[in-house]
Amino acid sequence: MSYLYFPGCSLKGTGRAYEESLLAVFRALGIPLTELADWNCCGATAYMSIDEHQAFALAARNLALAESQGSPADGAVQLIAPCSACYLVLLKAQQCLAADIALCQEITIALKEEGHCYRGRVRIRHPLDVLVHDVGLSEIARHVRQPLRGLKIACYYGCQIVRPFALFDRPHDPSTMDDLVRILGAEPVSWPLKTHCCGGSLTGTIPEVGWRLNYLLLREAQRRGAHLIVTVCPLCQFNLEAYQDQIRQRYPDLAPMPVLYFTQLIGMAMGLPPRELGLQRLLIPVDGLMAALSKEGAHARA
Amino acid sequence: MRAHEIYPNGGPRIGVYVCHCGLNIAGKVDVHEVVEFAKTLPFVVVAREYKFMCSDPGQEMIREDIREHRLNRVIVASCSPLLHEATFRRVLEQAGQNPFFFQMVNIREHVSWVTEDPREATEKAKALVAAAVRRVIFHEPLQRRRVPVKDHVLVVGGGIAGIHAALTLADAGKHVYLVEREPTIGGHMAMFDKTFPTLDCAACILTPKMSAVAAHPNITLWTYSEVIQVEGFVGNFRVRVRRKPRYVIEELCVGCLQCIDACVYKDARFPDEFNLGLGKRKPIYIPFPQATPRVVLIDPETCIWFKTGKCKRTCLEACERKAIDFEQQERIEEIEVGAIILATGFKTFDARRIPEYGYGKYPNVYTALEVERLVNAAGPTGGEVRLRDGRVPKRVGIIHCVGSRDERFNRYCSRVCCMYSLKLAHLIKERTGAEVYNFYIDMRTPGKGYEEFYDRLLQEGVHFIRGRVAEVTDWAITPEEEGKLIIRVEDTLIGVVRRIPVDMVVLAVGLEPQPDAEEVRRMFNISCSKEGFFLERHPKLAPVSTFTDGIFLAGACQGPKDIPDSVAQAGAAAAEALALIDKGYVELEPNTAYIVEELCSGCKTCISLCPYNAISFDEVRAIAVINEALCKGCGTCVAACPSGAARQHLFEDAQIFQEIEGVLAYV
Amino acid sequence: MAAIERRIRYESELDPSFAREIIAFSGSPSLMACIQCGTCSSACPLSLYMDYTPRRIIAMVREGFKQEVLSSRTIWLCASCYACTVECPKQIRITDVMYALKRYAIREGVHPPRFPIPVLARLFYNTVRRRGRLTESWTVLRLYLQTMPLRIPGMSSLGWKLLRRGRFPLRPEGIRDRQGLQRVLRVVERQEVTA
Repeated sequence: MSYLYFPGCSLKGTGRAYEESLLAVFRALGIPLTELADWNCCGATAYMSIDEHQAFALAARNLALAESQGSPADGAVQLIAPCSACYLVLLKAQQCLAADIALCQEITIALKEEGHCYRGRVRIRHPLDVLVHDVGLSEIARHVRQPLRGLKIACYYGCQIVRPFALFDRPHDPSTMDDLVRILGAEPVSWPLKTHCCGGSLTGTIPEVGWRLNYLLLREAQRRGAHLIVTVCPLCQFNLEAYQDQIRQRYPDLAPMPVLYFTQLIGMAMGLPPRELGLQRLLIPVDGLMAALSKEGAHARA
Repeated sequence: MRAHEIYPNGGPRIGVYVCHCGLNIAGKVDVHEVVEFAKTLPFVVVAREYKFMCSDPGQEMIREDIREHRLNRVIVASCSPLLHEATFRRVLEQAGQNPFFFQMVNIREHVSWVTEDPREATEKAKALVAAAVRRVIFHEPLQRRRVPVKDHVLVVGGGIAGIHAALTLADAGKHVYLVEREPTIGGHMAMFDKTFPTLDCAACILTPKMSAVAAHPNITLWTYSEVIQVEGFVGNFRVRVRRKPRYVIEELCVGCLQCIDACVYKDARFPDEFNLGLGKRKPIYIPFPQATPRVVLIDPETCIWFKTGKCKRTCLEACERKAIDFEQQERIEEIEVGAIILATGFKTFDARRIPEYGYGKYPNVYTALEVERLVNAAGPTGGEVRLRDGRVPKRVGIIHCVGSRDERFNRYCSRVCCMYSLKLAHLIKERTGAEVYNFYIDMRTPGKGYEEFYDRLLQEGVHFIRGRVAEVTDWAITPEEEGKLIIRVEDTLIGVVRRIPVDMVVLAVGLEPQPDAEEVRRMFNISCSKEGFFLERHPKLAPVSTFTDGIFLAGACQGPKDIPDSVAQAGAAAAEALALIDKGYVELEPNTAYIVEELCSGCKTCISLCPYNAISFDEVRAIAVINEALCKGCGTCVAACPSGAARQHLFEDAQIFQEIEGVLAYV
Repeated sequence: MAAIERRIRYESELDPSFAREIIAFSGSPSLMACIQCGTCSSACPLSLYMDYTPRRIIAMVREGFKQEVLSSRTIWLCASCYACTVECPKQIRITDVMYALKRYAIREGVHPPRFPIPVLARLFYNTVRRRGRLTESWTVLRLYLQTMPLRIPGMSSLGWKLLRRGRFPLRPEGIRDRQGLQRVLRVVERQEVTA
């Protein structure tokens, strides 16, 4: 199956490592990802706060581009959206257009102005969904070269890939990432904050509130013995990682906690070169942790 | 009297059975020690313990022992006799013994559950067993008495509960007397337009049942009548019914209503009771078109012939059937019935008792029952919701819990007000397009389809403001409040105090016992609960029975109830009555009092004390006579009799003294 | 001491059509079915910072407390995590209601001046409309300049670190067919106005 890939704005900025590791992993698995040509902003949260219909038009333009550029499988073009916000907004637009005829007409007329046409034949996918359900855990396991033994991981799903649509996992207690982590040889810690909100853009707009939410997430992961947190969203990753210095000034009990994209973790287990996975872009590096692990691993093997 | 004198065949042979009741008893009482102790007591032939004596193997063990050891007395030390006395008496009967050679010792409720120290508990259990052994030696064989049952039933009250009970019994082939105080049956339900939550037309579902009552060959319907006296006992009640004069011969009137047209009053001008004064009637009238029986009546309070003796009496001429009879007198009917069902209903709370809500002061404050008439297509406004001045209200406030959930009036929840308020809100909004506000403390919608109805009302845009209204006032502060009634309330969910101006206020008045419930209670010799509703025998397991055998309850006279519950209860009461009279006889427990005639001095002390009116005075012999069928074995007369002539089976002096001595001897 | 404030609402101060507008705006008619259970407020990770909990916002929308609702902090604190929406026993799309309220407040201009959240929304909107994509670096810089200039020194070291790791590219992003996109959005806008 072939997939179109919708990066979204963050994967070209703060989330560059997400894009790098995602492409590297899919390449290594032998699955081609083609970037959607001339994609535009999905119409996410902030845009939707100003104008909902325009936000839907932004999303619909992307969906129309996907239909014209992709080759359908099972009647639909597979469009991968790694950013949770993009994933949600594209899905929401798709569902609203399907449910509201007047809205659908309005958007169709607008798209037609530029010769675009959206017929509802796109399947929006999150890479976690694709890796676990299309590729399959056993196939991934086959590619694991350096099992991440001894590594304890807090899997952080965040809000928007499981809520409100929950198309590929349970909204209250999702488990796909935990299963994936286990295949990679690591151990997912049990923590109840898997789907608690990171505050989204509040870390930038009302830092005291946003930082507090992230502090609670980090502290709980730390208490439950996690060595690192793994996320599926550029904004979650940024919020959890970037403000740790600021958070520590207020809450000194917080130790540095690396926060990785799940694709970086897969790449590490597959033995891909760190630079291909964008590990050098992490603010809290994992080199020390990995060295300790491989030493421990070597020790255990001996 | 020596025990072996009664039993020359070797004297009493007693079996003692001590139950563990799982750990209920054995967790505190040393059962084994009690058994070993019992073995040492005189006349005890066998003593055993068992995990659950009431179980089949436990019962079988006793039966076997009776046969094998020729036991003629049995003691079971277990739970309360209320639970299993009947069980173990049956065991004796099955083994060929008289069931009253049995004594139960309660070592659970009286011992293990209420005693802290295991030692003390065990000692107390031993003392009680010792007492029972002494007592049971002096038991005598007794026979239960059978009394035949009359197979007619009296149903008091012709609301939906009474109607349903009467029809159920009549359909089963029993003759029913249905007595209703008002000129028509139908009760409160006949006043309603729609019923919640389905919005069925009340008349459409009620009037067929009303006609069925009138037409049923097994029902004698007496409206405008009241029960004035009840005598007798289960299966054999004698009841006197007063039939008030309606000045119209029921058998002749066909309900053509020509007399009403002919009345010298050309216009209806007297407040009409059925419409709660919102409409007018003439002195000769029919309460409402579907009244059952469809028979007119004359109100002597407003008829000028009765008031002045001077009237052309045009009604007389108008009646072709000569049914009008100004000389009619009240009649007393006397009937005998086997069972009685009370379905006397409720009255609504008098809203004047809460002056803050302005009922009686502001004309646009209505009770919910008045609004039921306003929204009724057959009501005084033909179903249009109009204020007294003819305006259509644009904003309506419905105040919940009026007279309910309030220590000053009634503590209880009236159960139906939330739902009927929702119904009225829907109907008012539907008929007028008004903004409707509900002011509630809690929304209580626990019935089939009820929560769904609440959801529907929410979606219809009816306002729900959680807060108990402090006051309804015409004191306006802002211009928009001028000329309105202002409802002062805290919107507790939003957290602000609000003043809501409305054109119409509806008070969701609660349900109360009928004003004469206390007299009715006394006449039928049943009990009332604290708030004045008739008391059921058991709130869960005997909800339609009373403490007087043969008298059952149906509908809101037992407590606030909606139509589905009233009908369900009426069906249950009918089934209980049927079970009683269909059997053909009642069996009376033999633990009744009796008079030793030669000792009775005829002082009559006992007669006035008997709570069951079971004792009468034989003038010829000048002694008291106890009707065993009425006696409940309470023992009051036995204790009071100055000459020791009143005695009681199973509570003979010898038995009780032996029991006391048994305890004392052990202690 | 805080000023003594009147805590009563006269009906004339309320807007009886507010609920209808918000329902139409959010596409959530089930708003009316709210039974005020408070599940949304307890599920919300941010309710403890709100001046009115989500439950109260819904009660106030229903009763027409337009001023209070639009000027509340609550609607801006909503981070669109959808926890309330999935838990709501009446299936009210509370997150969408919050979006509707944000749009309403921005349209009416009732939010506090220089309040970062609507400013960010406005920046985001303008950039995307003009260029088709967002450049995170410039949006963040502008947001701080406009709303929190005093915080810039405290954040500079983070900015520097990101810049060094290539996570803060300053080259503006944009799509090729900007004109086309703008025309599409303008058509939507025109249709909305006529509707």
